Amino acid sequence: MIEVEHLTKKYGDIVAIRDLTFEVEKGKIWGLLGPNAAGKTTTMRILTGYLPATEGRARVAGFDVFEKPNEVKKVIGYLPEVLPLYGEMTVNAYLNFVAELKQVPPAKKKAAVSRAIKVAGLEPVEKRLIKNISRGFKQRVGIAQALIHDPQVLILDEPTIGLDPAQIVEIRSLIKSLKGEHTIMLSTHILAEVTQVCDGVVIINEGRLMASGSLEELSTSFQKKEGVALKVRKIDEAQLELSRFLGVEKVTKQNGDLIIEWASGKDLREEIARFVLERGFGLIEMKSLAMSLEELYLRIVSGGTPQ
Amino acid sequence: MRNIWIIAKKEIRSYFSSPIAYVVVAVFLVLVGFFFFSLLSWFNSMAIQMAQNPYYYQQVNINQMVYSPLFHNISIILLLMLPLLTMRLFSEEKKLGTDELLFTSPISVNEIILGKYFASLFVLFIMLALTGLLSIFTFAFGNPELPPLLNGYLGLFLMGAAFVSIGLFFSSLTENQIVSASLTFGALLLFWIINWASTSASGFWQSVLNYLSFFQHFDDLTKGILDTKDLVYYLSFAFFGLFLTHAVIQSRR
Repeated sequence: MIEVEHLTKKYGDIVAIRDLTFEVEKGKIWGLLGPNAAGKTTTMRILTGYLPATEGRARVAGFDVFEKPNEVKKVIGYLPEVLPLYGEMTVNAYLNFVAELKQVPPAKKKAAVSRAIKVAGLEPVEKRLIKNISRGFKQRVGIAQALIHDPQVLILDEPTIGLDPAQIVEIRSLIKSLKGEHTIMLSTHILAEVTQVCDGVVIINEGRLMASGSLEELSTSFQKKEGVALKVRKIDEAQLELSRFLGVEKVTKQNGDLIIEWASGKDLREEIARFVLERGFGLIEMKSLAMSLEELYLRIVSGGTPQ
Repeated sequence: MRNIWIIAKKEIRSYFSSPIAYVVVAVFLVLVGFFFFSLLSWFNSMAIQMAQNPYYYQQVNINQMVYSPLFHNISIILLLMLPLLTMRLFSEEKKLGTDELLFTSPISVNEIILGKYFASLFVLFIMLALTGLLSIFTFAFGNPELPPLLNGYLGLFLMGAAFVSIGLFFSSLTENQIVSASLTFGALLLFWIINWASTSASGFWQSVLNYLSFFQHFDDLTKGILDTKDLVYYLSFAFFGLFLTHAVIQSRR
């Protein structure tokens, strides 16, 4: 539904995103995960036609974002990071205005507005001025305006930022309920949001693609190799001996630790432990290496490179 | 067309749901009323004096003695007030972040610009139309000629249309409304008095400076002379302002 190929965006000398390539399947919720200033908002702005890209291609629902911007804009509902609300309007008047902007035919306008109000749970504040409603409701108005023309694709930039925990849960379940009818891409810097809401994820950092794929794909691909990290006194001797150990693929030194990896499916932990003790390498510490998504993300955020 | 109307409708509603339009229109009318009153009382005393001499009595003309100077006064008030009307058009959208909504909607940049432009022209039209109420008195108690009067109003409207397009342009440059209004006011004033420099220029440059000035083109219109040259001037000025606005918005994205 969303295909991005080699997308690059430069602001003068600053490269906001470089060479991004990823794909989002139809009817799924995809997360765009990365720390602040990773290029999430820039990517979304390019997809929605707000910004042109410096290089590369992007297609939404089969239309090229740069060649057919109006077609793309018709099929996208967009919640920007800064909520695009007019405080002087009532919720109802605002949604009517957005419906007109998004080319909802006049005959269907009323139905579209009341549907968006219902889906986003805005009935209690329908007739109030936007500037007077709470932050949580404002966020809902933002989602309602993105939904108003029943778009195939929803692009939500940080949909839960600035909300209290209860509101976050509400908005997340609202987003989940929209799955299936809509293809959703949401950006966040919170991993939990991805694991709770999304089917897949694109992880970026400093404008670069770090990993992408469905959550299952990613977690299996990172568990292809299993291993342990050892802290031992006789590190060189241990490295030499362990690299000859049956089943072990790779032994490397990292920050004074010995990283021992083997192909997944086997569990060599017990045998290695026994071997290390028998040879008397001076074991201090031993921990399992199975990398979770969280560890991967932390590693990326702290500046490490992905596999 | 429909998209232009969608934007214009929203802008007009926002003008009249905030105090901006009411304050601008009210202050404008108070000032115009004051000028009208003082010109009319001057005219009355002059008319009484001139009535004593049959030769001068022929020359008493309410169009020339009241309306022509009144239109000049109104044009100056417009120069002061219109930047206040246009300063928020794009600046506010940018500040609120609502430009992101507009520019990711399936409508063109031109439609957005024209929608906003027409909304301001609508307020300008209301301002000028309301001053027309003053003429009830002159028509009831005197006999001014209508065509030069309409001519003057046409001139004011076209000049206002040019002012608004410049205001729109400066509003697209900044998200700060004060900056937008100040730049607009400065630019308008400069174009107003630019012909002053023509006294020290000669030949080609003298005529260029004279041509550029708002003032030169307005003088004829207040006298009731409708010259296509002046109409072309104002319309091309307005077009130029809109063109620059478009260029700024495209380059910002």
